[in-house]
Amino acid sequence: MSIDESTAAKVAKLARIKVEEDALPALAQEFNAVLGFIEQLNEVDVEGVEPMVSVTPMRLKRREDVVTDGDQQEKILSNAPDAREGFFAVPKVVE
Amino acid sequence: MTDLTKLTLAEARDKLRAGVVTSVELTETFLKAIDEADALNAFVHMTPEIALERAKAADARIAQGDAPDMCGLPIGIKDLFCTKGVASQAASGILEGFTPEYESTVSQKLEDSGAVMLGKLNMDEFAMGSSNETSVYGNAINPWRRGNDDAALTPGGSSGGSAAAVAADLCLAVTGTDTGGSIRQPAAFTGITGIKPTYGRCSRWGVVAFASSLDQAGPMTKDVRDAAIMLEAMCGHDEKDSTSVDLPVPNFEAMLTGDIRGKKIGIPKEYRMDGMPAEIEKLWADGTEMLKAAGAEIVDISLPHTKYALPAYYVIAPAEASSNLARYDGVRYGHRATLAAGDGITEMYEKTRAEGFGHEVQRRVMVGTYVLSAGFYDAYYNRARRVRTLIKQDFENVFAQGIDAILTPATPSAAFGLGEMTDADPIQMYLNDVFTVTVNLAGLPGVSVPTGLDSQGLPLGLQLIGRPWEEGDLLNTAYALEQAAGFVAKPGKWW
Repeated sequence: MSIDESTAAKVAKLARIKVEEDALPALAQEFNAVLGFIEQLNEVDVEGVEPMVSVTPMRLKRREDVVTDGDQQEKILSNAPDAREGFFAVPKVVE
Repeated sequence: MTDLTKLTLAEARDKLRAGVVTSVELTETFLKAIDEADALNAFVHMTPEIALERAKAADARIAQGDAPDMCGLPIGIKDLFCTKGVASQAASGILEGFTPEYESTVSQKLEDSGAVMLGKLNMDEFAMGSSNETSVYGNAINPWRRGNDDAALTPGGSSGGSAAAVAADLCLAVTGTDTGGSIRQPAAFTGITGIKPTYGRCSRWGVVAFASSLDQAGPMTKDVRDAAIMLEAMCGHDEKDSTSVDLPVPNFEAMLTGDIRGKKIGIPKEYRMDGMPAEIEKLWADGTEMLKAAGAEIVDISLPHTKYALPAYYVIAPAEASSNLARYDGVRYGHRATLAAGDGITEMYEKTRAEGFGHEVQRRVMVGTYVLSAGFYDAYYNRARRVRTLIKQDFENVFAQGIDAILTPATPSAAFGLGEMTDADPIQMYLNDVFTVTVNLAGLPGVSVPTGLDSQGLPLGLQLIGRPWEEGDLLNTAYALEQAAGFVAKPGKWW
């Protein structure tokens, strides 16, 4: 499986990371190096093997569905790059 | 008065109990040592006021007589742990300025036990690396140097600052985290002890997530006894971490008898890699002999899927990372890019992440994004998870045959020079984890113990892998190995 520049650009877009045009060839090459390494997984016979979900077999614990935390608006906003009137402020999302 | 910085955790604990030294004295001594060690770049955020405050409180508590083992002991905390009111950046520019309003469960447990936090420690960005060369704070430097030159060496990674701090006696012990070897490999590179417990033993709540099914916190210490003491304080079920196990935490130190007669130690043939340096071979063979001489039975075993561990890891870890690092978008915390006129939300995300993430992190996030993307999810991610099941089964089969622990080298070499791997294929760097990633994939406990020096005088370590939940037994075998190896070398102080 070989990655070309347009695929590299698509992946960057999916990952929401801006990659400059001129950096795409190097990126594609790096992907290819890593993916080339990963190819050997195809050698393994995985017939009938379940994909691992949890490394330690465990059942999710349950608790009563009640509010046990919260009401900390100030703390939650304390690290915000742009907080206004009790909200996180961001550039317009919806046209 | 002996040089207090040379004490082990256990020795300091005993001296505090005996009233021979105070926590404030210990703390002040280490703060001074750290001040003189800028050249190592191990500590990246210092907390002297918090440290002295906690030291005073610890002294009072010890005087009352009910103090836990860790009370009054000065330690360092890896920058990956969220510490309330103290910078926690995961060594990344994208978390610059982030000051958590909460404390990670593990560091809270240590605080509750009276331990004294000296500061935060350097690491690879988002725990992605094996050399502490991807940190926004700059490289951490190994206090060890080759016998014949003063080239700066890596302390390993990702817990590089942690390892350097312990090896250079800048604190008594540190917390590290381990996703593919990030406690055990730096421990081996710096001649100290490091244990990654069974997945689920330590809470991951408040630890900046890299790969959620692989990450585990653990102590890095001067010896096995110290590791046992500190691990006990760090372990425990946490309601806030649904992957943390609800099992009682044994007194690990009490299990260090040094008696391993009749224990079956497995030597896996697949860990004998092509081109393995003769020194590593010899270290491994010597370690095997030591355990045999201590009464253990040596058994040749096979872990057939070993060679697929590294590629499986480099699918699963980046995939999980791409998911975990999606939260760094400039909205709620950390860095937000300065936007140009007309930039919308997407540009904000893209620029913020391009500016805030270092190169290795970007690479891994994008590889992860790719292997999870439509059309490839099955071929890569699912396949890797199936291979992971097989890797875990290899270990289960071997334990079912009665093997108590498995002995392997910890690393394929001693510490290499900083910058040596810059132009190399990324895969070359990844190979540093070849002996350690299997353990994270299988969720098992693994410990690295220094047992020798290479021809240039650099420390080398051996790894022991244990049964799930049996850290006590594993530490006891490590203790026996440590006693037999008699490794006491320390780096000469050049900083």
